Amino acid sequence: MTTVTQSKAPVGNTARRQFIADTSRMACGVGLLGLGLGLYARHATALPPAAIRPPGALPEDRFSSACIRCGMCVRDCPYDILHLARPEEPMSTGTPYFIARQAPCEMCEDIPCVKACPTTALDHSLKEINKAKMGLAVVVDHETCLNFLGLRCDICYRVCPVIDKAITLDPQTNVRTGRHTLFIPVVHSEHCTGCGKCEKACPTEVAAIKVFPLYMAKGQLSSHYRLGWVEKEKAGGSLVAPEIEHRYNMPEGMKYEHGKGLSVVPPGEAAAPGAVPPAPTFKALQGNKL
Amino acid sequence: MSSVPLKPGAEAVAGKGWLLAHKWLILRRSSQVGILLLFLVGPWFGLWIVKGNLNYSYTLGVLPLTDPYLLLQSLLTFKLPETLALVGAAIIILFYLLVGGRSYCAWTCPVNLVTDISSALRRRFGLKGGAHLSRSTRFWMLGMTLVVSLLTGTIAWEMFNPVSMLHRGLIFGMGFAWMVIVAVFLFDLFVMRSGWCGHLCPVGAFYSLIGRVSVLRVQLPGRAACNDCMDCFAVCPEPQVIRPALKAINGAPALIFDAQCTNCGRCIDVCSKDVFAFGPRFTIPVSAQSIVGGTAQAVPK
Ligand code: SF4
Ligand code: SF4
Ligand code: SF4
Ligand code: SF4
Repeated sequence: MTTVTQSKAPVGNTARRQFIADTSRMACGVGLLGLGLGLYARHATALPPAAIRPPGALPEDRFSSACIRCGMCVRDCPYDILHLARPEEPMSTGTPYFIARQAPCEMCEDIPCVKACPTTALDHSLKEINKAKMGLAVVVDHETCLNFLGLRCDICYRVCPVIDKAITLDPQTNVRTGRHTLFIPVVHSEHCTGCGKCEKACPTEVAAIKVFPLYMAKGQLSSHYRLGWVEKEKAGGSLVAPEIEHRYNMPEGMKYEHGKGLSVVPPGEAAAPGAVPPAPTFKALQGNKL
Repeated sequence: MSSVPLKPGAEAVAGKGWLLAHKWLILRRSSQVGILLLFLVGPWFGLWIVKGNLNYSYTLGVLPLTDPYLLLQSLLTFKLPETLALVGAAIIILFYLLVGGRSYCAWTCPVNLVTDISSALRRRFGLKGGAHLSRSTRFWMLGMTLVVSLLTGTIAWEMFNPVSMLHRGLIFGMGFAWMVIVAVFLFDLFVMRSGWCGHLCPVGAFYSLIGRVSVLRVQLPGRAACNDCMDCFAVCPEPQVIRPALKAINGAPALIFDAQCTNCGRCIDVCSKDVFAFGPRFTIPVSAQSIVGGTAQAVPK
């Protein structure tokens, strides 16, 4: 039935059908292309760990839609550290980045890259380069960092433009030798600009300190966590009521004194009422008795 | 199109000499290459006349120029640029409102150099036919890129745009961008005549929107003299735009109103009867009006 009707359809009808078919074919094709483009575009907003954005760059998802890939920042960087991503590189094509290990940001005081940017991709309210947050340095390899091994390399610390704030050397006992000190490089996210000078300067074959994009490098405490010592300072004193006497649950015949540690209660010494239970033998420590 | 001449323009060369028969072509190539060179003398010789690329550039520290299509995509992701970028886009829109929307395609775009080589080779080796696709596909492409920008919050077309890839590639380093360019070249050569610029490119589609109301047009003051040699059809990247004005279809005036005309001026070059000339949209040539009587005064739709 249907076939008969179709063959008898007037020419205008066939032409219209042809037109509708053509149009739908084109729409489908373009639609599929759009789907591919959309998925690709979403993927391409990921940032590889070695690629650091210029100072003042918006968070990655917003950066790649604000940046119009003009390369003005690249042109105005006096140290020529910035590149525009090429199509084969796994990030938004045409957006600027630098690789710290090749050439770090020199932290120009007048921040010419930001000034050159015609969009908000680089935040024009950034006026002090020390406030930049291009990324965060992380001592990634405790096994190869020379200071962790007990040497006094200190290079990352020395080259840091924000020395003693962004990076400090924290003394720790060298348990291997038992009598030396390790000077552990510790990066402080509050002050680190992510310039990458430390990574560039690290003398090991592969840098033990690396700069990563912030979202990758920074952890976060759960919101209900409180730091006791901070709270104490805020409250102006201990938050634990001092009049409540602390009771230790000691093995029988043991006592604990602050600063002295655990000791055996000498025979004959009466246990203070309500304090440690009285008079067991040393054997109690063997754990052979409940 | 069986009667398309194999060597279009031969008659014109014989008639007015090689130079006059290539006048607009030479000017156009000079413009395309000249603009590229302006961008290149900076990185090549440290002579910073223009910084940036076709997306946004800053000339001599005074003139900002922004690609409005790109800016539109960025705006669709709810990002407002700094003032200079907005001023730059306004300047570009005004400029192409004067010289013709798709003049961008013929006089500025670097991909046109590539696709023109494809077209020339097609003519030279008589390559015919290929896939069929409506010329309005580009508007679907344009719409698609805007929708994808809006939905994904990215500047979608910049992921693939051969125009900025080639231009940026030449200035900032090519990488694998050449593959995209070769793909466009081969597509135009083997798959479809004017395939990229004439059917698919959303950048051209965007500029043709400006071209709907732009001032500079191709007029046909000598259309009565047309001897149907078909040379203009053979060289025109958008041949469908010529017919209504040349044949006064439905009393069309002797002026190409179709927004897809790229103002390349090649039709002016190759016509041995001097049918075509550049002129503003407001003056419809008188000599042409007379041949179709009163109907020619019809206002463009
Ligand atoms: S602050 Fe200076 S060195 Fe760093 S990216 Fe900007 S222009 Fe280059
Ligand atoms: S100057 Fe701004 S918009 Fe241009 S490439 Fe650099 S970050 Fe992107
Ligand atoms: S990246 Fe390294 S050198 Fe730069 S501020 Fe941070 S710790 Fe200092
Ligand atoms: S009509 Fe003439 S100027 Fe317009 S695109 Fe065709 S050849 Fe070029």
